[in-house]
Amino acid sequence: MNALPSPSQTGGLTLWEEMRAHGVSRRDFLKFCTTMGAMLGLEHSGVAAIVAALETKRRLPIVWLHGQECTCCSESFLRSSHPIVADILLDKVSLDYSETLQAAAGHQAEECKAKTMRENPGNYLLMIEGSVPLGAEGAYCCIGGRSMLDIVQEAAAGAKAVIAWGNCASAGCVQAARPNPTQATPVHKVIAGKPVINVQGCPPIAEVMAGVIVHLLAFERIPQLDALGRPKAFYSRRVHDTCYRRPYYDAGLFVETFDDENARRGYCLYKMGCKGPTTYNSCGVMRWNNGVSYPIQSGHPCIGCSEAGFWDASPFYGRLASFPGFGIEMTADKIGLAVGAAAVAGAAAHAVMTNIRKHDEIGPHLGEKPGESTTPSSEPSQD
Amino acid sequence: MSTRVVVDPITRIEGHLRIEAEVKDGRVVDAWSAGTMVRGIETILKGRDPRDAWAFAERVCGVCTTVHALASVRSVEDALHITVPPNAELIRNLMFCALYMQDHVVHFYHLHALDWVDLVSALKADPEETSRIAQSISAWPKSSPGYFRDLQTRLTKFVETGQLGIFANAYWGHPAYKLPPAVNLIGVAHYLEALEWQKEIVKIHTIFGGKNPHPNYLVGGVPCAINIDEANALNAERLAYVGRLLEDGQRFIEQVYLPDLLATAPHYLDWTEIGGGVSNYLSYGDLPTNGYADIGRFKFPRGVILDRDLSRIHPVDPHDPDGVREEVGHSWYRYQGGDEKGLHPWDGETEFNYTGPKPPYEHLTVEGKYSWLKTPRWKGHPMEVGPLARMLVGYAAGNAEIKDAVTEALAALKAPASVLFSTLGRTAARGIETRLVARWALEFYQQLLANIRNGETRTFTKERWDPSTWPATARGVGATEAPRGALAHWLVIKDQRIENYQLVVATTWNASPRDSKGQRSPYEAALIGTPVHDPQQPLEILRTIHSFDPCLACAVHLFDARGQPLSAVETGPVGAVSGR
Repeated sequence: MNALPSPSQTGGLTLWEEMRAHGVSRRDFLKFCTTMGAMLGLEHSGVAAIVAALETKRRLPIVWLHGQECTCCSESFLRSSHPIVADILLDKVSLDYSETLQAAAGHQAEECKAKTMRENPGNYLLMIEGSVPLGAEGAYCCIGGRSMLDIVQEAAAGAKAVIAWGNCASAGCVQAARPNPTQATPVHKVIAGKPVINVQGCPPIAEVMAGVIVHLLAFERIPQLDALGRPKAFYSRRVHDTCYRRPYYDAGLFVETFDDENARRGYCLYKMGCKGPTTYNSCGVMRWNNGVSYPIQSGHPCIGCSEAGFWDASPFYGRLASFPGFGIEMTADKIGLAVGAAAVAGAAAHAVMTNIRKHDEIGPHLGEKPGESTTPSSEPSQD
Repeated sequence: MSTRVVVDPITRIEGHLRIEAEVKDGRVVDAWSAGTMVRGIETILKGRDPRDAWAFAERVCGVCTTVHALASVRSVEDALHITVPPNAELIRNLMFCALYMQDHVVHFYHLHALDWVDLVSALKADPEETSRIAQSISAWPKSSPGYFRDLQTRLTKFVETGQLGIFANAYWGHPAYKLPPAVNLIGVAHYLEALEWQKEIVKIHTIFGGKNPHPNYLVGGVPCAINIDEANALNAERLAYVGRLLEDGQRFIEQVYLPDLLATAPHYLDWTEIGGGVSNYLSYGDLPTNGYADIGRFKFPRGVILDRDLSRIHPVDPHDPDGVREEVGHSWYRYQGGDEKGLHPWDGETEFNYTGPKPPYEHLTVEGKYSWLKTPRWKGHPMEVGPLARMLVGYAAGNAEIKDAVTEALAALKAPASVLFSTLGRTAARGIETRLVARWALEFYQQLLANIRNGETRTFTKERWDPSTWPATARGVGATEAPRGALAHWLVIKDQRIENYQLVVATTWNASPRDSKGQRSPYEAALIGTPVHDPQQPLEILRTIHSFDPCLACAVHLFDARGQPLSAVETGPVGAVSGR
């Protein structure tokens, strides 16, 4: 079910393959090419190009739709550095419909989409950026006088597979935050019977988007997905688990306010509201814009943009009360309190002791006295 | 006998725009501009923590990413009387400049160029001649005959596959294309180069804001800390990276974008008489050089020009209740006190009221309501906003840098200033200001280095971060200049929560429907008189509309029906907040 057959295995035959399947000989095929060349007024040398083109595997056709969105996904896609977008567009796929990039507009653009769907049934990829509003009978998002719902359902019916780009298409994103005035709905809830790949994030990382496309083309199958339809290659690790500031968390060293001494040392942003512990994404591994940085590296807590409903998990600067799944760590406050009280209480668990040791190891390098807590004792614990 | 031409979707823009135009004797005689998508982000913002608003608002647009975040943090800072440290202002300026450089180049090559550059004609160009022309207009190194020959071979192979992708079914061969094949080939070469270049300049956002699109902002400053002796902060390596990106960016703008603009324009001088539009121009101004409070020292001056009268600048204040007002007479909203009267955004009151045809539809009922955009007016006047407005206001204000840059470009084109009031003028103004911004960015960069050298490293003030220090009610305006024009957010805070939040956005000014007096907004006005050679091939309509650089997701958002307060969200001092 996950196999994604190559064009030559399905309806998308090259013209030569198709003619051969219909009993046309190689000799007749070349004759056809010569006639075509003559009709187009080409020199004899031009005929070879026609032969090559008709024999060559066709690039995978793509229809890219925009619903309720801000185009950040398209913009992120344009930032891809491997492969670069020009190579994707000229050599790897045929982006037949894209409101952001295509030269034709209006009915000429719509005809491009119709033609691709007509000529490649079951053999084009559908990519969707944006959510689908169900309110007002579809009037909250219309293209060419048709509702987004209508357009998505029609395009999905003949698609080989569907990629839902970003948080909008995967989970509704900001417009689906309470009270969701337009009934913004993710793609997987309005289509049935098609594999949907949710490439999460607001937007997704450029190289993740390109990576998903390359996966489909190179391995001719849909990548392994998690329970939320996200490719495991990019969404199986928490930002917290892959964060280069993680040792500071484990050691109980936290930024207390933006631009304080601890911020200037790059300590953990957990107390500033970081959602890294509950967010699955590749930011810590791949970083952004070809590995330049990611939000935490640049001093801002993760806001959790690759998770469904993250907008309603705000305020962003409010600390996560607790989060599941930690065997060896305690919550930040417990670490902080334990660090401060360890000598008195003498009851620290082994795990906490480990963290205290880390704190002591890291602290002196950063100008702290061993055992000194960075957590103000006056601050009440809310956990 | 006139023909109704419908162009929907308008492609190579951000968002969902529909144009209906009445064409008679080869010219547009009337036009209607409609935004056909709405999300309701202002309603969603109600009841939330004002310090979070920038992140929601930033998602209004991913193309001019950052501008809504900037307007949002400024609105909160205005309401709470927060002054950000000088380095934060400089870093915001650098992010602003990086956006302009990326966004304007992408607009020119990827959203607008194919209105002027014929891809198919480029296949017929002589690479030797192309190289000669390229080398005559610029020192850009990628200009050898072999470079253009290889590109042409690649393009030819691409076309021969029969799968034209984004270039399929377009207007190639249309008589309105005037460039010689060699110039077309240069245009296509730089289309591809710009695609690769634009992903570099935005790394400035990644360094300061962690990612692009949608880098992080912060009320009270910027989130990145400076520490030149630390690996985990802005240090010499990070700053050197920014410096190199700015220099590379300026080189591309000086050696590729500007020469291409000046090589293209002379072939299209008839477009200096088309697409003039409303003749009033508004700029809030931006790029503070002495703190945001010192409006007189913005790099882009603030002001209004009426009736193309460059001898007089009218002052603009977004706080003025009689200045900016929005109407909904032709928009799918309902005002409690009747749809006729405009409302100042602080009193903004809106409710969805879709009265259009049920989709699928052929035509909108343009006599009534026909767009999800409201209609903003300044003292009752329709205003054009954007690069042309900024350059005109700067020129009229006597700003030396802007005046010199405009004069230099006009001299290169051997044309008077009056040519600016047009489709081509708009496109030229965008190039002129990109050049200025690239230069200013390097000034800001040097100032940032000087500050750090002098021991000034603050990037944030925590003075009013804690909501317990806020007054019970407060209201503010955050204004900026998006690449597409004047942008402001109006905010009302009550009991530490957002009571009301309204945006009046660049494309709303430009793309809105008519007002209650029947006055057309800039798109509709600019289309009047635009030639249409073949109503089936609306290339000329695209030229004029694209000259504004439409951004519809920005323009459509307005909805403040009675949203439920988000009572489960607790705002309080950091450290005393439980996340939910």
